[in-house]
Amino acid sequence: MNAFLLYTVQGLAAGSFYALAALGLAIIFGVLGVVNFAHGACYMLGAIVAAVLQDLIGLSFWPALIVVPILLFLFGVIIERLFVSRLTELDPLYNFLLTFGLSLLLVDLIKRQYGVSGLPYTRPEILSGQLSLGSIHLPTYQVFVFIFSLVICGLVWLLMTRTRIGMIVRASTEKSDLTRALGVNVKAWVTPVFGFGIALAGLAGVLAAPFRAITADMGSSFIIILFAVVVIGGLGSIVGAVVAGFLVGLVEAYGQAYAPQLSQIVIFVLMALVILIRPAGLFGREENA
Amino acid sequence: MTSKLLAATAVVSASALILSACGNAGPGGGEEGELTDGKVVLAVLNDQSGVYKDLSGPNSVKAVEMAVADYQEKYGDDAVATEIEVTTADHQNKPDVANTKAQELYDRENADIILDVPTSSAALAVATQAAAKKKLYVNIGAGTTELTNDSCNSYTFHWAYDTYQLANVTGKTVTENGGTDWQIIYPDYAFGQDMDKSFTAAIEEAGGTIGEHIATPFPNDNFSTFLTKAATAEPNVIGAMQAGGDLINLVKQFNEGGYADQGIQLAVGLMFITDIHSLGVEAFSGVNFAEAWYWNADDENRAWADRFLEETDTRPSFAHAANYSAALQYLEAVQEEGTDDADTIVGNFEGKEINDVFLKNGTIRAEDHRVIHDVYLAKVKAPEDVEEDWDYEEIVSTIPAEDAFMPLEESTCDLG
Repeated sequence: MNAFLLYTVQGLAAGSFYALAALGLAIIFGVLGVVNFAHGACYMLGAIVAAVLQDLIGLSFWPALIVVPILLFLFGVIIERLFVSRLTELDPLYNFLLTFGLSLLLVDLIKRQYGVSGLPYTRPEILSGQLSLGSIHLPTYQVFVFIFSLVICGLVWLLMTRTRIGMIVRASTEKSDLTRALGVNVKAWVTPVFGFGIALAGLAGVLAAPFRAITADMGSSFIIILFAVVVIGGLGSIVGAVVAGFLVGLVEAYGQAYAPQLSQIVIFVLMALVILIRPAGLFGREENA
Repeated sequence: MTSKLLAATAVVSASALILSACGNAGPGGGEEGELTDGKVVLAVLNDQSGVYKDLSGPNSVKAVEMAVADYQEKYGDDAVATEIEVTTADHQNKPDVANTKAQELYDRENADIILDVPTSSAALAVATQAAAKKKLYVNIGAGTTELTNDSCNSYTFHWAYDTYQLANVTGKTVTENGGTDWQIIYPDYAFGQDMDKSFTAAIEEAGGTIGEHIATPFPNDNFSTFLTKAATAEPNVIGAMQAGGDLINLVKQFNEGGYADQGIQLAVGLMFITDIHSLGVEAFSGVNFAEAWYWNADDENRAWADRFLEETDTRPSFAHAANYSAALQYLEAVQEEGTDDADTIVGNFEGKEINDVFLKNGTIRAEDHRVIHDVYLAKVKAPEDVEEDWDYEEIVSTIPAEDAFMPLEESTCDLG
């Protein structure tokens, strides 16, 4: 029983990284129609920047949770202005190739600068050790990661459903032309939305820093699972990305625990099943797909 | 203006051509009888950009260049190898790339010897090429015992470490020190499976038992669940056979899970000093592992490591020192024999006893071409004991050459 509970917490913690990053991916796809292949690299950048700032100026974990996403937001804005915006009018394939190339470039630049062995990271003392609830011990950091990302996902959901900004973003996601016709300047929102999506990937990276190897390659396998998450949740669906993120985390953990030989493929079997039954994903609508 | 530029370019190109022609003609003229193609070419074939870049990679090329410089300084005008070239190629840890690159190096770049080659499958491919081309290959980076068993050949030597020796040093010593109840977590590919097998044999021989052998995907960034699974059996040792980034993930998540408080210790199959450097000494503190060489073990090592630091801005891993040693001993053999003919050098190497900065009490076994030497059980220091950068290890015990490696009678190698 205790082990099952542990697997669940571990699955939810792993799912937190997927949920946050997939949320960013979904928002970017929704508003810009761009499949950001560099999202894994941005997740990696989040972790690297956190580690580098800790080394250089002693920036600890808590301020990094705010500072790093802001830096990644600015990075996203620059990338959107310099490159992505020039290609949005063209076939989506162009931006796919652009972000794919960008991701290769970022990974190799980081390798060149910081090597491949990875960087050290010290996490705050308060998040070390175990939470004890009677006879049950849960790793503090994983519980924190789950709760923290749940809160962030909730905030993003509120932002999207309860504010004017969110309304505009959702409207332009669903009926871009009509929104424009109603006098909303959709273009003005494109750049900050791209930056916001990148910032979410960066935030996932900061959360991963104390817990995973901080290397240039850490985003490469992550992005593959991430696309499975987005497909399962429904491309462009915000709720779908979050639900599917946690779901995939759990499936992965249970797979590793109870059917280790299949742990690599269960996620993709799930993805295939979802596509067969609901081609637009769990929360996607046919017209968006 | 344009015509002046053109003329200048022409002059420069022409002089370059003449110069290069002279360069080719020079050594080819007088002393051709001794060197097969007028010069000695040492090729370092390894991972220049991937996961093994830091533990070997470009700095191994630097180490080989240091060996060349030392040789030239030692023999000066008396040097047999009048012209020495160091060349390198990136095999990206892929056996097919390694195979092609090895052919290119031997055929097109006239390499007399290929060094390093991490990743066992790639190393086996290069060994096959060495046998086919009848040229030397000294393996340093790969750990498979295949190279000195079924897949051995006359032109291949295994210089630094192998899975048998790692298991023998770590598995046996940890078990003898009371860690008798093991769970093994290994990555599911050739190296991991090989390590699992070697550790199992060593642990059982020392009287220990192994519960489960848990295979994990490779590469993988999430080991939490696998660790929980291993810990539910309440072992006193978890043996981790992962390497590089995967090992860092695993150790971070081992510390996260608080398993040390439950009385479970972590034994690591293969670890390089670059791993400790990247994760920080605190995370690895107390971990026992097999070390083939340590830069700060004595004054001789330290002096060499200081030179290495000047060249590269970093301290050497054992792979860097082993590349230096292999290159230097090759050049010494060329000097002794007065030729770089492969068969003559093989003859020179076989049975040779060597002591240098890397090989302590080293012997090149003639029967299977395994190089045996003293190795160590090392322990990662506590953070407060670290006195300078890279001062991470404490040598717990020295395992004499003849006890550390696979005994000759167990080897299935037939050089015939």
